[in-house]
Amino acid sequence: MSENGKSILTPAMIAEIEAYFPRYPNKRAVTLPALHVVNNHLHYVPLQAVVEIAGLLGLHPAEVQDTLTFYQFFAQDAPHGETQAWVCRSIACALRGGEDVMAHMCHQAGIEPGQTTPNGKLTIEAAECLGACEFAPCILAGETVHKDLTNEKADALLTQWGVATHG
Amino acid sequence: MAEFQPVLLANVGKPDSHRIAVYEAAGGYSALKKALKEMSPEQVVELVKSSGLRGRGGAGFPCGLKWSFLPKNHPGPVYMCVNADESEPATFNNRILMEEDPHQLIEGTILGCYATRASTAYIYLRYEYPTALKRLESAIQEAYAKGYLGKNILGLDFSLDIYVHRGAAAYICGEETGLIESLEGKRAWPRIKPPFPAVEGLFRKPTVVNNVETLCCVTHIAARGADWFKSIGVPADPNNPRDAGSYGPKLYCISGHVNKPGCYELPLGISCGELIDRHGGGVWKGRKAKAAVPGGISMGLLTAAEFDCPLDFVGPGRYGCLGLGTAAVTVVDETVPIVDFLHNTTRFMAHESCGQCTPCREGTAWALSMLNRIKAGKGRLRDLDLILEIGDNIGIIPGTTICGLADGAAWPMKNAIRKFRGEFEEYIKRTNPRGHMETDAVPALQVIGVH
Repeated sequence: MSENGKSILTPAMIAEIEAYFPRYPNKRAVTLPALHVVNNHLHYVPLQAVVEIAGLLGLHPAEVQDTLTFYQFFAQDAPHGETQAWVCRSIACALRGGEDVMAHMCHQAGIEPGQTTPNGKLTIEAAECLGACEFAPCILAGETVHKDLTNEKADALLTQWGVATHG
Repeated sequence: MAEFQPVLLANVGKPDSHRIAVYEAAGGYSALKKALKEMSPEQVVELVKSSGLRGRGGAGFPCGLKWSFLPKNHPGPVYMCVNADESEPATFNNRILMEEDPHQLIEGTILGCYATRASTAYIYLRYEYPTALKRLESAIQEAYAKGYLGKNILGLDFSLDIYVHRGAAAYICGEETGLIESLEGKRAWPRIKPPFPAVEGLFRKPTVVNNVETLCCVTHIAARGADWFKSIGVPADPNNPRDAGSYGPKLYCISGHVNKPGCYELPLGISCGELIDRHGGGVWKGRKAKAAVPGGISMGLLTAAEFDCPLDFVGPGRYGCLGLGTAAVTVVDETVPIVDFLHNTTRFMAHESCGQCTPCREGTAWALSMLNRIKAGKGRLRDLDLILEIGDNIGIIPGTTICGLADGAAWPMKNAIRKFRGEFEEYIKRTNPRGHMETDAVPALQVIGVH
């Protein structure tokens, strides 16, 4: 229970997590799926959620937190933006202008990689290779890979994502 | 020579190639039916052994031999992990296989599980492939509905469940024991071997870890036979007892500064230059190439003068590279400072080092901070020797780390500096005319995140 006595995990989230149990011989293996479930719903995994996940899986909260922090993937302090844009910075994209696109987007949105716009619409993340190198430079946002990016295409994406640009 | 007809990519490009109806119309699942009816698990292992199939994930370990390491008459369960954590920079062949032809992988996985008597398979899929996730999950449902998965498959005493397990964007999960730890819900720290996963792997049970493309090859070996597979590629060198041959088709990825980046299926052994010119459409913008990565950045660097290197399991090693790796070629044109290339690859490795072994965690971060300094115009000639010293001392080859990530970090350092030393020295002297001869210690490492 959190400070105000309410759980962060909703019955729907708990049901989603428990649906993974039959897949594995123990509950600990459900750690990563559970973190994904919570992250999909809340856009972050606050400490209280870690405590509740641990309760569901029969683990110590520290064990779940240990796994969570390893990946540097799940935000804990605040939810990421409505859109989370993973901008690739690895070699195939970098050779074709990926870092310029990243710099341009950050400038236009007025944030640094890892930050969220003040209106909560967009988080820009620096990603390592997205495995879409034939379309470099590229961005993964939600389930969509945006391909062969240019600054113009990036501007159009920012508009689509509801970010006012500074350009 | 006649054009090679794709086998692994044969269905790619057909409408609805990811659906079971399209797959079966092209003869899909007939190899499974035939093998389950006519062959014992041991015979499937022997078949794959005799085909000479070597793992496509990077290490090139003979697949049938790996399967034969499982303990005999183990009470079970035995697990299969499909390594779909394809994270090596510039590698995307497994993504195409899973998005466009997931049933080919599922058929290969069922065959692999039949051969190894595994009753559960987990496809460990990297986070960055949401389309592959959807396609795999619906393909698995289709396979259950057809009776290829579940209890008593095709009426036999053989049951199998396949689940997709989604990663969380960590390169180290592609290392087989890192993958196992991650699947178990822990931090993905690779294990000290032995025991190897075949003896004690996932949930402390015998486990086989195979790459996506490897299992797709199994499907075709079961359909067409070991002799067909062995007729493709480069035979083992009889004068080299350590060469197990480079048989079969291979998916080559080309990216970077070429006109036609993409994934091309070819017999193993094509030269780097031919791949770039004939299939990648040559270097873009009419420029010349400076260098190319032979198989993912971990494998190091070929100079343009070394493009005659055959891309098989022994070729890149003869040119000072680590190996074939994932056969993902990235071309770097003449305009790119090699300092920028090495900075990018080192940043990747420093970020992805899991932090478990000190030489890798500290070595990659130290090399990166020197490269940051060189790029900032404060490089010293001495830094080059220091980076080389790091490169020569981190990894399982010098024997200082648990897994091969550090070798993959070391090879670009060693190749780039040894093959392009003149350019590095010129860069440092030009950008730091006053300080390049300094040898005093430099304060403070930049703290960077690792996972």
